[in-house]
Amino acid sequence: MRILKYLLQKEFLQIFRNKSMLPIIFVMPILQLCILSFAATYDMKNTNIYVVDKDLSNQSRELISKFNGSPFFTVKEIGFSEEAAEKELFKDHIDAILVFNEDFGKSVDLNTQASVQILVNAINASSAGLYNAYITSVIKDYNLSITPNFAELSQGNQHNIVNSTYSHQFNPEMKYIPYMLPGLLVLLVTVISLFLSAMNVVREKEIGTIEQINVTPIRKSQFLLAKLIPFLIIGFFELGIGLLVATFGFQIPFLGSVWLIYLVAFVYLIAILGLGLFISTQTDTQQQAMFIAWFFMVIFLLMSGLFTPIESMPEWGQKLNILNPIAYFIKIIRMIMLKGSGFFDILKELGILSIFAISSITIAVRMHKKIA
Amino acid sequence: MDASIHIDKISKSYGNVQALKNINLDIDSGELFGLIGPDGAGKTTLFRLLATLLLPDEGSAKLCEIDSVSEYKKIRTFLGYMPGRFSLYQDLSVIENLNFFATVFNTRIEDNMDMIRDIWLQIEPFKDRLAGKLSGGMKQKLALCCALIHQPKILLLDEPTTGVDSVSRAEFWQMLKGLKKRGITIVVATPYMDEANLCDRVALIQDGEILQVNTPNEIVEQFGKELYSIRSNDNYQTLLDLREFNSTHSVFLFGQSLHYTDIHNEAPIDELKTYLESKGRAEIKIEKIKPSIEDCFMELSTKSIEHE
Repeated sequence: MRILKYLLQKEFLQIFRNKSMLPIIFVMPILQLCILSFAATYDMKNTNIYVVDKDLSNQSRELISKFNGSPFFTVKEIGFSEEAAEKELFKDHIDAILVFNEDFGKSVDLNTQASVQILVNAINASSAGLYNAYITSVIKDYNLSITPNFAELSQGNQHNIVNSTYSHQFNPEMKYIPYMLPGLLVLLVTVISLFLSAMNVVREKEIGTIEQINVTPIRKSQFLLAKLIPFLIIGFFELGIGLLVATFGFQIPFLGSVWLIYLVAFVYLIAILGLGLFISTQTDTQQQAMFIAWFFMVIFLLMSGLFTPIESMPEWGQKLNILNPIAYFIKIIRMIMLKGSGFFDILKELGILSIFAISSITIAVRMHKKIA
Repeated sequence: MDASIHIDKISKSYGNVQALKNINLDIDSGELFGLIGPDGAGKTTLFRLLATLLLPDEGSAKLCEIDSVSEYKKIRTFLGYMPGRFSLYQDLSVIENLNFFATVFNTRIEDNMDMIRDIWLQIEPFKDRLAGKLSGGMKQKLALCCALIHQPKILLLDEPTTGVDSVSRAEFWQMLKGLKKRGITIVVATPYMDEANLCDRVALIQDGEILQVNTPNEIVEQFGKELYSIRSNDNYQTLLDLREFNSTHSVFLFGQSLHYTDIHNEAPIDELKTYLESKGRAEIKIEKIKPSIEDCFMELSTKSIEHE
């Protein structure tokens, strides 16, 4: 016990003496959280559209005014030529083109098929999907507003339309930050703990101190525990800062229990630190360790459902996610914070994380050798 | 307690490179033993095997009668090892390093002060300085302190004086003499031949093979030939000339002079002089000298190459 205590003291001394490490541990997370939360938004604002109005009818103007009135759209220009509009699209000055043909107003009046053409810049497929959805919903809105006119005209002949409405559970205003921030928190905690642990043992190898440690009677478990505990504490600390910033800075609803989040974080961090230690034992230089950790980080992160929903991934991708600890933690932390899920709601995910934790730490300890 | 080392037919290869070839070596308890050889001779490999950091491909080693493979944990409690590369924590201070290693061996600095006092007194003024900011000699003293803090019975020092100035080197050897009085078996690897004379016995090692094990005096006595020091106005040209000379046995450049042996025991000095003068050398001085360990090493290593 005395040995472990001193080993821990040594690790902390080294961490706090490392001048470039301190800002990484204390400042980077807050900066990251603030920058990413504001910048990496899916909320669509300022979609620039170009309207080609060959009709110039009441009806077309009414629809255009609906776009103008929407906070999401800016009608950049109204013209008559599709070619001119396309040129603007090529220059990337606009995001979408709306085309009214000559008979648009007439068709609406005659209650026949009236069509509008939408051309969307789809280089970024996900934003193209959003433009499309937003534009369609504006048109749908317009549809509904003209329907009552018909109803008045044809009295007694009641017009029945099926209209679906919805309410968004747990995030009623479909705000982006409450959805994104818990995920970013996971990202933060993971980056710090994975990289710190992956670089640590290999650093002792690189500067040669491992030789001196290895000839001592110190036990492998003591040595590795002394490596794990400081990063576990730092990970907890980061999570704490993140939760504080999220609830008080960004006013994110926090429905569940903090202790439950910490319980999950404990299991999760063991899994990640085990992976980091494993990387550390398998590499010879910090550079190698860095790149391998980065490789895992990128895969785990992009597959995790933080940026793209897991449900829209191909089936093999979803299957791969069974092995992705980040995906579980993001899911759990969103459930606890936004839905207020309790221990039993997350039991399955927590169980899987526990399996990860136990196996990764066992492998790491096994692979660490005091003899070559 | 017996603190001897027995190495029995040890071999170790790294891929295709055979670092140690069937090494047999016995080191007595309380001996100050030198392992002398050039870089790449296999000294460090042998040390790492003894320090239980490497497993031998073949053969076995016993330290204090304890097997280095099956009972390596026991060995680690009474072994002090100082790697060739400075391997203490550079970002910890002198006292923190010492404290760390004392704790790791489950002991305390105070309990072992007696053992390290002589060395500690020299670095104590710098005890709050970070180890990375110490001079080379100070680093070695600190490393020695850390290796001694648990009162080892056997001390392995891998090139402790490489990169250290000559004054610190002399001091370091003084310390080793002091430690030897306490009955610790000390094995020192060094590429410096002059340090061999300070050991009780030395093993000359090259290309993974031990050429000879003996006391420094006897190694010199076994040289067997008269050795001559030759100087001239152009030592390098003289070296080339002597290689062409018909009765040359060996000739090496040793600093400011050439060391020469003849195929006969006694060299024909006059004949040599005339030969060199005919080649255009001037200021020729030839004198008989006593061979050093280095001469013996050169002699033995050329023999082993010819043997192959």
